[in-house]
Amino acid sequence: MQATQEAASADVMTNNEFLSFTLGKEEYGIDILKVQEIRGYDAVTVLANTPEFIKGVINLRGIIVPIVDMRIKFNLGNVTYDELTVVIILNVANRVVGMVVDGVSDVISLTSEQIKPAPEFGAGLDTQYILGLGTLDDRMIILADIERLMSSSDMALVEVLAA
Amino acid sequence: MTVDMSQFYQVFFEEVAEHLGAMESLLLGMDVNSPSIDDLNAIFRAAHSIKGGAGTFGFNDMTSVTHVLETLLDKLRKEELELRNEMIDVFLQAGDVLRTQMEAHQNGGDVDESIVTDVCQKLDELSGSKPAHGKPQLTAQDVAPVDIVPASPGVCYKIEFTPDEGIELDNLLAELGNMGQLEIIENGAGKVPPLWNLTLTTAVTEAELKDTFAFFVQPEKLHIQLFTDATSDDASYGFFGDMDSPKVEDDSSYGFFTDVAAPPAEEDSSYGFFTEIETPQVETTPVSKPSPSKSPVSAAAEVKTGRRETDKAGATSQADASTIRVNTDKVDLLINLVGELVITQAMLAQTAGDLDPVLHEHLLNGMGQLERNTRDLQESIMSIRMMPIGFVFSRFPRVVRDLASKLNKKIELKTVGEGTELDKGLIEKLSDPLTHLVRNSIDHGIEAPDVREAAGKDPKGTITLRAFHQGSNIIIEVKDNGAGLNRVKILSKAKERGLPVNDSMTDQEVWQLIFAPGFSTADVVTDVSGRGVGMDVVKRNIHEMGGQVEISSETGFGSTISIRLPLTLAILDGMSISVGNQIFIIPLTFISESLQPASTEIKTVSGQGTVVQVRGAYLPLVALHKVFRISTDIIEPERGILVLLEADGKKVALFVDELVGQHQVVLKSLEANYRKVPYVSGATIMGDGRVAMILDVAALVRINQ
Repeated sequence: MQATQEAASADVMTNNEFLSFTLGKEEYGIDILKVQEIRGYDAVTVLANTPEFIKGVINLRGIIVPIVDMRIKFNLGNVTYDELTVVIILNVANRVVGMVVDGVSDVISLTSEQIKPAPEFGAGLDTQYILGLGTLDDRMIILADIERLMSSSDMALVEVLAA
Repeated sequence: MTVDMSQFYQVFFEEVAEHLGAMESLLLGMDVNSPSIDDLNAIFRAAHSIKGGAGTFGFNDMTSVTHVLETLLDKLRKEELELRNEMIDVFLQAGDVLRTQMEAHQNGGDVDESIVTDVCQKLDELSGSKPAHGKPQLTAQDVAPVDIVPASPGVCYKIEFTPDEGIELDNLLAELGNMGQLEIIENGAGKVPPLWNLTLTTAVTEAELKDTFAFFVQPEKLHIQLFTDATSDDASYGFFGDMDSPKVEDDSSYGFFTDVAAPPAEEDSSYGFFTEIETPQVETTPVSKPSPSKSPVSAAAEVKTGRRETDKAGATSQADASTIRVNTDKVDLLINLVGELVITQAMLAQTAGDLDPVLHEHLLNGMGQLERNTRDLQESIMSIRMMPIGFVFSRFPRVVRDLASKLNKKIELKTVGEGTELDKGLIEKLSDPLTHLVRNSIDHGIEAPDVREAAGKDPKGTITLRAFHQGSNIIIEVKDNGAGLNRVKILSKAKERGLPVNDSMTDQEVWQLIFAPGFSTADVVTDVSGRGVGMDVVKRNIHEMGGQVEISSETGFGSTISIRLPLTLAILDGMSISVGNQIFIIPLTFISESLQPASTEIKTVSGQGTVVQVRGAYLPLVALHKVFRISTDIIEPERGILVLLEADGKKVALFVDELVGQHQVVLKSLEANYRKVPYVSGATIMGDGRVAMILDVAALVRINQ
């Protein structure tokens, strides 16, 4: 598991196309290959006794897909749901997971020179889930290791064996 | 560059399982007194294919077992030996050994070597016995198979072959290199067709060598020749001139076989590939040759015959092949997509229903057609997952045969309705409970032959396996014409065990007692049955599949156990209920009744637990809105509905807002992309496309513990 994640991270670093999205004022980027599709937010069935950021599950063409709201998880942005709310459907760790964000910006290409290592800081997003900081013109894009983040115990998405 | 062979293991395992299955069914169907040569050939081919595959993948333990098996089978199909009953037994045992070996390779684990050697020894003994009607000229061949035993180390083969076009030979060469000392004399470069010339000094047998080549070279384009003198390289060049001479010998040895499929002429024509060398040879070389390689060559010829027949079998089975192997994930994806299509179609139909039928006649006609097509499509897709129940039934002839001979009973097995189809998932889960039931019938149901005769019955008992459809259910019956269940015995045993019974119970209630855990009426515990584990497991397994078990029995005439199952695992009959603005599904099988309580019937126990009085019994009350923390206006039980649930012998009253309706719902996994949610066993998609949770009743009835 660890090894595959490692490999996945290495992959991200060589494939330099990212989907960028915003949470509040921050801009994030994730490996474009992990993104299955982008859709609107609707008809979520609530799950009982789950953390607040897990909004529930939706029916994605016959598959039951959990939806996490990153804005709640990281305490960023305005938590409102309307027809402009965007869900990024991710395909990570052999699972399909939906992620609510403020907005999707674009697909960006970054060369390895444009990617700087992330400084140590105790922010909402633990640095172990940050691959680096990308610079494009005057934008700073936080490149997230989405696979590792989504399969981490923080997200409570995956059954964690007694650790 | 070497290819990782392990990626093909799964295919090999599946093939072996198929071959073993085919072998077993042929063996069981074999008439010992007049065995059919076709069947023997088919069994031989199966064994041979397993051997070839096992050799390629380096599973040498399997190769050695199939090898001795093949030796005996070969004698049988050539009618050198007569088939005897004990041979069939040993063949079946050998099949079991191969299966265990395969499983050991597949899942890791050990094989009991003593069993393997035991079976090999038995096979050897049987094939070593005198030929039944040996013809004098057969003696050479009689020795031949035995001679396939490994040649002494340092035997030198000269190998000449024309590889199939576009085949990478690196693997082959690497493999040959592993076998011994390999020398490449000509590497095919610059010749059309490319001709390779190798010498190999090795301990492996010629037959094994041929197997190695099987994947790379057409058998007729491969020539292997044995040298006695392995030391001299010069000599091998010297032999070059008359390298085809043993082949003439080869042809003549074909003549010995009475039932060889291909006449020598055909053999010649395929050798004709090398006309420029061979033609003069055949003309000039006399048949008798100073041939040190006599027996290996005839052995090789024999293997060749085997291979040719295998090829033939391959060809026919290809022609017959009307099935394809598809990953179940793909099928499930199709089912999901069709489910979506049906929902979309329903939505469109609803919208179109509001339109003026006169103005939009064409559109509405189209909608009607779309509806029919979607339904047909859905039905055919669902049927992909369906498999005939014959897949389960096919294992029972063996079970019955083994057990009956062990218990000295005469039992005939009849199967009816093997073609009845049900979901693949169910088929797999059905196999264990059915085995239990059949074993039970053999052990407890059918009496010993003398007892049967004394009772005026046919000494041969009959067990009937029957499958048929009834509504949206499939019913599988295990019926025996044995002694039937003994009401008195069951009741007295039940009393002994302190179960709440009385003599006025109906038969049906008495029969249900045998499903109690640990219940057994057997006087003696045997290794077949009698330990009292079984029937309760059967009932639980069937229940898990959403089915029911029913018994009918008549003392002296036998008993029938029927299993009633839904047609598919993927669909479930459910009651939808609402709490707040949410919808939940309760599997119908767990619901015993629903009622609206009066406020006087609701009591609290020590200020916290709530119970409801239903016809004199107090049942714990579970409020669903509290379990799932849903805000709802209906918080007093008398304003809502109580659904009485029963699972694992426990009852609770589930308090919900209201009943919505009864549906067939398609089961979806929550765990595939998320995780297990407490008190929820799965999810489903409702007609409007929303997701609804299916309640885990077994967990809900334990909620207060």
